[in-house]
Amino acid sequence: MGLLSAAVRGVQVNRTRLLPLAGIVAACFAAALVLPATRDRVLRYPLAIAEFILLALFVIAFWTIPSDFTRRMRRNPLSVAGFSIIVLFVAIAALAPILAPPPATSRDAYLIPQEGFSSDPKPPQVRHPFGTTEGQYDIYYGIIWGTRTAFRVSITVIAISVVIGLFLGGISGYYGGRLDEIIMRLTDVFLAFPGLVLAVVVVAVLGRSLDNVMIAIAIVNWPVYARLLRGDILGIRSRDFVEAARALGGNDFRIIFRHIIPNAIYPFLVFGSLDVGLIVLTAAALSFLGLGAEVGYADWGMLINLSRNWILGAPGNPFAYWYVVIFPGAAIFLFVLGWNLLGDAFRDILDPRLRGSS
Amino acid sequence: MATYIGRRLVLLPIVAFGVTVLIFALLQFLAPEMRAAAFITNPNQLNALPAIIQKYGLDKPVHIQYVNWLREVFLRGNLGWSQTARQPVRQAIGSFFPATLELTMYSFIPIMIIGVWLGTAAAVHRDKAIDHVSRVFSISFRSLPSFVWGLLILMILYGRLNWFPPGRLSLEQDLFVRSGQFHFYTHVMTIDALLNGELWIFLDAVRHLAGPVLTLTMISIALLVRITRSSMLEVLRQDYVRTARAKGLDEPVVINVHARKNALIPVITLSSLTFVGLLGGVVITETIFNFPGIGRWGAFAANQLDIPGVTGFAMFVAALTVLGNLAADILYAYFDPRVRLQ
Repeated sequence: MGLLSAAVRGVQVNRTRLLPLAGIVAACFAAALVLPATRDRVLRYPLAIAEFILLALFVIAFWTIPSDFTRRMRRNPLSVAGFSIIVLFVAIAALAPILAPPPATSRDAYLIPQEGFSSDPKPPQVRHPFGTTEGQYDIYYGIIWGTRTAFRVSITVIAISVVIGLFLGGISGYYGGRLDEIIMRLTDVFLAFPGLVLAVVVVAVLGRSLDNVMIAIAIVNWPVYARLLRGDILGIRSRDFVEAARALGGNDFRIIFRHIIPNAIYPFLVFGSLDVGLIVLTAAALSFLGLGAEVGYADWGMLINLSRNWILGAPGNPFAYWYVVIFPGAAIFLFVLGWNLLGDAFRDILDPRLRGSS
Repeated sequence: MATYIGRRLVLLPIVAFGVTVLIFALLQFLAPEMRAAAFITNPNQLNALPAIIQKYGLDKPVHIQYVNWLREVFLRGNLGWSQTARQPVRQAIGSFFPATLELTMYSFIPIMIIGVWLGTAAAVHRDKAIDHVSRVFSISFRSLPSFVWGLLILMILYGRLNWFPPGRLSLEQDLFVRSGQFHFYTHVMTIDALLNGELWIFLDAVRHLAGPVLTLTMISIALLVRITRSSMLEVLRQDYVRTARAKGLDEPVVINVHARKNALIPVITLSSLTFVGLLGGVVITETIFNFPGIGRWGAFAANQLDIPGVTGFAMFVAALTVLGNLAADILYAYFDPRVRLQ
């Protein structure tokens, strides 16, 4: 609620600056409605438009909150660049059905439509702006819907890791002693594998699907969160307000959830947002190895994997199939770059000790 | 020092035990028929599946199965039969690992040298051109997926320029190596070639190594540059550096003698992180460059549902990781007395 009211205040303060922005967005929609080519698409998916407008409002509101944090964000060109890239991807994800309408016969919009079964990739053309992969999957469609997949994977993995991390890290940091020792050795075990290797094993055993990719990456990721929270709690546990809560007769559960976690969770969530890039990279690597979603599912790593046999091109023309690597590769790169830029900016702003040093 | 190392050594078997439990727990997601595959060495045995499940107790309670499995793995060293390698897992690891060792060895050295150099240079010339270059370089390669970078290298340096072909040796050299005239001392191709005095084999091996090494190096260097830089900045702010400058020492002496030595302490820990990162990175890199190491085998085994192969691969990599971390801890305590006294 606090954020919302701050956002409303931000919009009020910056009304004059926001007016042209809102005008541009409105003009775009008006144009889309007038042009016959796009009108059908827009009218067919009112929900996507509503989502987009809601997200746009939220982004604008966040950006204009008058606070020290957003002021620093606005001042740093790198964080502005990172933020813009993320906003672009959010917009693509929200507007996916309009940018790349699924065919009427499709049973799942995430499945890339396939035109014919010819094996060699086809270069960009009017019907397929980014070309097609081996087996004639449309790369453009895959990239647009792959944005949604990327967000889904990262949000799910972070949610699972945060929940496990909160629970185990909280217990470990608060109670200490033997329980702490056991949980820390447990994290040691999970950290004894390079992340990708453990993820490969988990997917190989559980079977190949997007759900299992998320489970695998969460299994690899949670120990980092548990350790982070434990460290934060160790610092907070002996502070006066925790002592006070205990003196007032608060039970452990209440102290952990009402007093300790709210005070320790901030850096924790920031870390989560920094982690998005790494999660998407791991998911893409798994897909590339053929251990990701089912074939034909909109996923960036999968798009590259589909045409792996063709990357060396035709005889005499080594770059004949450049588009099968460049377009999906650029999508992954930009997405991860956006989060990394944003993450570095977050860290600079929130950790004064590191300010300007990374 | 001794108690510090002792404590680390006590933790070692605990973690090793945990790793076996984790792998075994993952295996329990498979049906007994699939786990029985570990004991099948020829197609004729397929008809005898129920008998095999009985014989190896794959329908027994979990804890009994665990003890049996552990006994099999540690007492007899039997990790099962790898379908993809067409040999027992233990032998497969032995035959694939030298190639991976060669790859990580040649990547590790440039990563450490360039990473430390670039990181220090960026910290010393803070906010100058080299700092910005290293920053852009670091964030770009942190964001670029390793397989995209590897594929680009393959496209340009092999597809277009034909400099660095994939694989481990070219056909002619490979035939020679297998002909019996070539003696394998270490199974590390470049070293063996030199020991045999066959320069042309050595050059061919180097040509094949260049692509994967370039990929691994670029991807792993980014992290090292970042950490060296921030560690160096931290040290440059310390009082003893100011004292050294106040005494009127030359700037190179301050940087190289007073600052860099202390800035390198976290880099020791990082070297073990880099090593672990390389072990993960070889999975992708070897797959792209068709380099016959354990990474490519592991990925292939996972794809072909060769479960004994995957688990054997994972346990081997975990063992290397744990040993690498232990080495880093000991080195760290050796170089930083504060750690020992805690």
